[in-house]
Amino acid sequence: MAKTFSIRRQRGFTTIAMACFFALYLPIAVLVFYSFNAGESLASFDGISLRWFTKAFQNQQVIDASIRSLQIASFAAVVATIAATMAALATTRTEPYRGLTLKYAFINQPLMIPEIVTAVALLIFFARVKIWTGYSGLGYLIAAHTAFCIPFAYLPIRARLENMDLTLEKAAADLYATPWNTFRYVTLPLLWPGILAGFMLAFVISLDDVVITEFVKSAGQDTLPTYMLGQIRRSITPEMNAISTLFLLLSVCVVTVFFIVNRKRV
Amino acid sequence: MTDMPGTIEAEKSRDIRKRWLLSLPALLIILLASTGPLLIVLVYSFLTPGPYGDVQWLPSLEGWIGVVMEKDIFDGTFSLADAHVSIFMRSVMLSLATTVLTLLVGFPTAYFIATRPEKTRELWLFLITIPFWTNLLIRTFAILEIIRNEGLINGLMLKFGLISKPVQMLFTDGAILTGMVYVYLPLMVLPLYASMEKLDFRLVEAAYDLYATPFRVLRKIIFPLVKPGVIAGSILVFIPALGAYVTPSILGGGKNMMLGNLIELQFGQGRNWPLGAALSITLMLIVMAALLVYVRNAGSQGSRHG
Repeated sequence: MAKTFSIRRQRGFTTIAMACFFALYLPIAVLVFYSFNAGESLASFDGISLRWFTKAFQNQQVIDASIRSLQIASFAAVVATIAATMAALATTRTEPYRGLTLKYAFINQPLMIPEIVTAVALLIFFARVKIWTGYSGLGYLIAAHTAFCIPFAYLPIRARLENMDLTLEKAAADLYATPWNTFRYVTLPLLWPGILAGFMLAFVISLDDVVITEFVKSAGQDTLPTYMLGQIRRSITPEMNAISTLFLLLSVCVVTVFFIVNRKRV
Repeated sequence: MTDMPGTIEAEKSRDIRKRWLLSLPALLIILLASTGPLLIVLVYSFLTPGPYGDVQWLPSLEGWIGVVMEKDIFDGTFSLADAHVSIFMRSVMLSLATTVLTLLVGFPTAYFIATRPEKTRELWLFLITIPFWTNLLIRTFAILEIIRNEGLINGLMLKFGLISKPVQMLFTDGAILTGMVYVYLPLMVLPLYASMEKLDFRLVEAAYDLYATPFRVLRKIIFPLVKPGVIAGSILVFIPALGAYVTPSILGGGKNMMLGNLIELQFGQGRNWPLGAALSITLMLIVMAALLVYVRNAGSQGSRHG
């Protein structure tokens, strides 16, 4: 192919970009590849085997941690999405009013503070609450997860709302629809892709969390990521690769759905 | 007719009240499980450490002094806490290095994606998004698998007889840096891409018509136009890098600590909660300062163009 002059071309950029994509995927590929290794060593590949997957599936700790992760993520994502939807309705399509900036600051606050600081704060606070109430269940983790999921759920919902004008809602009101019916039959269906995207973001963020969970959890409340962190610090077997591969698969699925949902919007 | 403004006013205040009511759940949850506890950290930083962790309710500045000073256990004099200062320095330097390296790699990558034809662009973008959404712990673990002593690089080199014993790569600053660049790279590429996507190539064309060299075009046209993206990306990388906990604790080990690990230590074996609280507030203040710089820059950028 003859090299024609293109104003968009910058020397070496394509090479760097290719190297970047390669470097991004190589470690993940190695990780996945060795989860199928029959042997134990990373240095040699002793044939394909599913033994590490089998082992992971038979590991009660892994199963418990996975279930706990899913429980927390589902609960936190649902509550966060509902709260974020309401907050988005309250903060968009309006003239600026007093307290609006404050609301933005509050809703985005979890994004602006380093996770480790929030983690420490929650550790201190919940330690007190535990003494006062004697309760030490999953509630603390769910509350913490819900809080940091709200800004993530809020982002796509707000973006979606800002692209919707009030014409249809006004038309519905003109036709004597009650505010609830207007919301139920006009606003909600239009907003749905945003809500779905927000929910998925929140779900993935909760599922992936390590730092806050590590500090907030009581004994025996490991989620899958904190269990993995503990194992990585102790001893590494290809079982970790197998768990990572499954976790990766889940993330890829969610991202793909997210991408498709978002694309339909355009 | 005369009471019209009144009803509009009433309507408006009812609307605002409704809006407050609607945002209440989100605000309460965040206040309860995020902002409120942060205020408690501030209080704790001014208390006395308890003997087995936690605090005693006696006001004290020891936590704050401990951030940079060390009390000699024998004569009670204070000296500069070299360990803390070096951890601060390491955190800032590693975070800056991470920002610069991700920018150097991310800029061409984002440019590459932004200049693809519409159809394939989405695929490239998708390829950046996947690692972005992949668990940070797993990505750090993937790097660990490659560089540890029993890992891929050492394994292959041993196999081919290039080395006789494993090269220690894990538990070094280089390992932390590699891990952080790898982990935070998508955070740089995405905002860069967002600003490059809007790039007006007619300006680039005009520059070429005026005999600019490609490098000059990059420096004088493209870079200034995508500067908001550069700043956004740098902030998005620098802030989590500075507060990083998972990556340095896995790849750096106990010796090469960063701020996040130092903070954790005070709540674990260190049993010095006020110091941990003071360190947390310090980290928060640095992050706030960085955010302020960003807001200032974004603000002036906006007004210059609009």
